Amino acid sequence: MKERSLRGKVAIVGVGETTYYKHGRAPDSEFALALQAILRACEDAGIDPRRIDGFASYSNDRNDPSRLAAALGLPELRFSNMQWGGGGGGGSAAVGNGAAAIAAGLADCVIVFRALAQGQFQRFGTALPAATVSGEAALTFPYGLISPAQRFAMRVMRYLHEHGIPREAQRAIALASYHHAQSNPRAVMYGRPLTAEDYDASRFIVEPFRLFDCCMENDGAAALVLVPADQARETRHRPAYLLGVAQGSEYRNAARGHNAPLYPTSSFTTVAPHLYEMAGVGPADVDVVQSYENFTGGVLMSLVEHGFFSAAEASEFLTPDNLLAPHGKLPLNTSGGNLAECYMHGLELVIEAVRQLRGESTSQVPDARVSMVISGPMVTPVSSLILAEGDVL
Amino acid sequence: MDGTHYMPAGLPAPAAEADGLDAPYWEGTRRGELWIQRCRACAGWQWGPEWICHRCLSFDLGWERVEGTGRIYSWERVWHPVHPALKGQPPYLVVLVELPHADNARMIGNLLGDPHQEVRIGTAVKAVFEPHDEAKVPYTLVHWRPDDR
Repeated sequence: MKERSLRGKVAIVGVGETTYYKHGRAPDSEFALALQAILRACEDAGIDPRRIDGFASYSNDRNDPSRLAAALGLPELRFSNMQWGGGGGGGSAAVGNGAAAIAAGLADCVIVFRALAQGQFQRFGTALPAATVSGEAALTFPYGLISPAQRFAMRVMRYLHEHGIPREAQRAIALASYHHAQSNPRAVMYGRPLTAEDYDASRFIVEPFRLFDCCMENDGAAALVLVPADQARETRHRPAYLLGVAQGSEYRNAARGHNAPLYPTSSFTTVAPHLYEMAGVGPADVDVVQSYENFTGGVLMSLVEHGFFSAAEASEFLTPDNLLAPHGKLPLNTSGGNLAECYMHGLELVIEAVRQLRGESTSQVPDARVSMVISGPMVTPVSSLILAEGDVL
Repeated sequence: MDGTHYMPAGLPAPAAEADGLDAPYWEGTRRGELWIQRCRACAGWQWGPEWICHRCLSFDLGWERVEGTGRIYSWERVWHPVHPALKGQPPYLVVLVELPHADNARMIGNLLGDPHQEVRIGTAVKAVFEPHDEAKVPYTLVHWRPDDR
């Protein structure tokens, strides 16, 4: 193991979320939702909220740590961190940033959080751009290439072409999320099952994405409590230890106007090897995966880049049976994920990864000991992490 | 789709960046020409534009005219309207075209013709310049059509 590593040094000891709402339906302000999620995570951990001394978030979360610290009456604020980049690419990175602060002695109890009430602000999928655009937007918006779905369909179309993967390979990913949501009373799509026929009959948003290949947009908040590993045993639940975390993207991923040299990737080709190196495990050791579904094609690419199967094997591997808890080869998005639990910008995926290690998932994988989260495919930077039970350390 | 323009009126209009980085590109399109960056120090092509050459780190970047021919690298057919100007409109095609004469630099544009046409990656295409002289600040978009040569 490398000397400079976060492996085993920090644990997630509390998780909390608000009720998850349909877009625009939250009865409370976004800031109040953030506070509710943070207090629930502290209660779950069994710790006094006044112990919090740091915050980490991502994707330009609007809820400033200084305001949170004032609102919560924290004795002091020692760490406040925002991961650069949009989309959900920072979900795992924010955990890594908080953990790094703890391991380095900058803070003792860090909250990782995300709060989103787009009804009170602006939606991602229908954001109305200005009448005049410049920079990268000038190269794409006038041609009707505006939304995230439109931006990433171009990558996925090329990927499917290069590897001869039928569009239907994306379907199993959507079906797995909806299947798992039917066991999860928190899920926005609880009681709203999806069949293969429903999927096939759904309208195209932008080829190759149908409606059910695209994430929801929701209101809510989610939070995690991070403490040093040596303090983790004093808390209420079995700790989820951080085994590895990595963030970034490969060579010139952000070259403007769709000019990334390795264009059809989910941006993890360099990130995933760093993740495994720190964690000291490989894909075969991973018991359950939560992989951010902005669009199902990105999940497909992420799973390939994290070594679960090759692009050539994707079509064969991606069947609902293989992706379902409890006994699939690779149980995927076991809470329903962004497609069917809640688009909590992927932080709900980290919570679910913790619940799997505690044995508390509504679609539990028996004896899950190593639990992975993949955050925000195709944006840059992206990030991923691996959590484990104490006996894996 | 009003006969002279592929996309309906009301979509965002492009403007050169305030710092001047991409001005030669937009000025070129007004003359019906494609101009992209080429490093004077190492002769490497670069697109999109940046203030430094990513190969040799020279700031001495020039611009060169490129032949408006390429091939389709990727594509998409857009059905869901994400902008008020697109409401009630038929689907449209967006293509990512690579330019073999400029080290496979890629450009986004619309593929002209029937929006329901079958699109094949690798198809040879030719640039079609679409002036918007009516705009407050006139500009020209660059579309593509199959090159039957």
